[in-house]
Amino acid sequence: MSADSFLTPAQRDDLCAIAGVMIPASAEFAVPGADDPAIQADMLATLGRDAGAVREALDALARCAGQPFAGLDLARREAAAGEWRARGGAAVETLTRVVLQCYYRDDRVVRSLGLEPRAPYPQGHVLEDGDWSLLDPVRARPPMWRPT
Amino acid sequence: MNEPVDVLIVGAGASGAAAAWSLADTRMHILCLEQGGWMNPATYPSTGRDWEARFFGDFSPSPNIRARREDYPVNDDNSPIKVVNFNGVGGGTVMYTAHFPRLHPSDFRVQSLDGVADDWPIDYATLAPFFEENDRMMGVSGLAGDPGVPPRNPPMPPLPLGRSGAILGKAMNRLGWHWWPSDTTVATVDYEGRARCINLGHCTPGCAQGAKASTDITYWPAAMRAGVELRTHCRVREITTDEHGMAAGVVYYDAEGKEQFQAAHVVVLACNGVGTPRLLLNSASGRFPNGLANSSGLVGRNLMFHPYAQVYGYVAEATDSNRAPPTCLWSKEFYETDRSRGFVRGYTFQFGRGVGPVAEAVASEAKGLVPWGAGHHAAFRRLNGHRLSLSAICEDLPEDRNRVTLDPVLKDSDGIPAPRIDYRIGENTARMMEHGIARAKEILAAAGATDICVNSPILYGGWHLLGTARMGADPARSVVNEWGRSHDVKNLFIVDGSLFVTSGGVNPTSTIQALALYVADQMKQRLANLFD
Repeated sequence: MSADSFLTPAQRDDLCAIAGVMIPASAEFAVPGADDPAIQADMLATLGRDAGAVREALDALARCAGQPFAGLDLARREAAAGEWRARGGAAVETLTRVVLQCYYRDDRVVRSLGLEPRAPYPQGHVLEDGDWSLLDPVRARPPMWRPT
Repeated sequence: MNEPVDVLIVGAGASGAAAAWSLADTRMHILCLEQGGWMNPATYPSTGRDWEARFFGDFSPSPNIRARREDYPVNDDNSPIKVVNFNGVGGGTVMYTAHFPRLHPSDFRVQSLDGVADDWPIDYATLAPFFEENDRMMGVSGLAGDPGVPPRNPPMPPLPLGRSGAILGKAMNRLGWHWWPSDTTVATVDYEGRARCINLGHCTPGCAQGAKASTDITYWPAAMRAGVELRTHCRVREITTDEHGMAAGVVYYDAEGKEQFQAAHVVVLACNGVGTPRLLLNSASGRFPNGLANSSGLVGRNLMFHPYAQVYGYVAEATDSNRAPPTCLWSKEFYETDRSRGFVRGYTFQFGRGVGPVAEAVASEAKGLVPWGAGHHAAFRRLNGHRLSLSAICEDLPEDRNRVTLDPVLKDSDGIPAPRIDYRIGENTARMMEHGIARAKEILAAAGATDICVNSPILYGGWHLLGTARMGADPARSVVNEWGRSHDVKNLFIVDGSLFVTSGGVNPTSTIQALALYVADQMKQRLANLFD
């Protein structure tokens, strides 16, 4: 089964639309929205074990909208999304997390946060040693543990 | 037909590995059966761009979410704290934060000192040489001179304080409260074939660098060089007994799902505080109708978790975020009993450096700190990379009602009945958690943090699985004796966290492994009359 076939075309449209409501593009921060095609492609390609919950969440979203969510104008999308979010539940949480985890690993978004778009391994990171003299007042304390 | 072995160990995690390595001195035929396989660090999450997402999937700490073939399901619906574990060579040490405190001397004497629960049948001094040996085998980094704990000499220097540690240390100094860099099993220098830490940061779900000690890269290579056999993807269904009521061996399913019998002269259980009672209860027979080694009725009872009260906030300065091992400091300020606080016993504060952007986004969206829509970006940027967190690891006292039983419906992929957890947080612990939350807020305020959030208890915080086959001298009040041998079945031993009489208020892996080494040492000293 191809990744896209986890969702129907209508569900894919609704996923894209709700992602855009959650995280719209920003000229101020020079970042795409979560409805960006590359980010959407990442979501669809990596849905995997989350597909069932995402389908359930999208069905609930469509019910809140009274029609395909993507067919609403922006104001009605925001109203329906607010109702859907307020109802909550595990499926809504899963869809929200899927959007966030794909958005915040996109190269453009990661760079905009001042981070490097790479896996932690093998390069790792540099950790400041810190000021060890901060421990001086603690070193001066008598033993605190209770002898038996 | 499998040839009988002298010693059969079930479970290749923290305690099974330590026991196997110690018992290898005897040159006996030692076999370990492990339901999972060897881990491949090249596949750990930190090697890929989806490193944070996998914590919600195939590298979730929850076996119910992870749902790999080697995981068994756990019905923990009736518990505010969900069981987390890992199954494979290395067990829970593959997936832990590497925070490595020891129980305190007072933890072994809670009845004598504070009038609650029971004293242990052994004391800190008994375990001290095994703590030292385990520190050397696992490779512990830390700083000597801590007034909060008994003297110890970690073989490696501590992790750097980093930005987060320095901010928190200053805050603790303002309050006049104890703090100290944590002991960890993260190698800060090249150590016994392990490369030093390079701050991948995503340590918990496996260390791709190999700097974090897990027993697949510490004890097991040494044990196997000494002749111990480790058979993977072998899930034990039950322990069988002979006509004398002694353990005869185990029935297990091999990698192909084929039922096998393995005879053994001695059986050692190292399956953790949920897996061990599950196996004992699944080993019920006509002679042992309530489960094996359960004449006391205590198998599975007195489950202790360590409820975590987590508090976090955000400071103006940049923190270390996910770019370093997740824990940095501990505090023992509230560890020993002070009845004026409204509870007995105490807790350790464990301080965190911060989290990565996906974890931050998911958590702060759920807490309502980051809105949807146009305001999302500015709000997120104010929080991301600025988090400081701390958790009160609260002592959980043993209570009869908190227990592991067998679920009547749920089964693992081999059809073996799965464990069911019934647990609730006790009143003393609940008061302790409230105290910890209040003090944590003071600490964060002293650090200048805002937007304070609380997770209490941490839902997926059942890391520490303790107390379900406790040790003791009285067969009516314990499952094993003071050196880990079953009161009922004299060739059956337990070496894991099930042994704990009380939980203390620290991460237990160091003490679990010291106990395993101690029990193995006791066995070695008594080989001539082990079953008397």
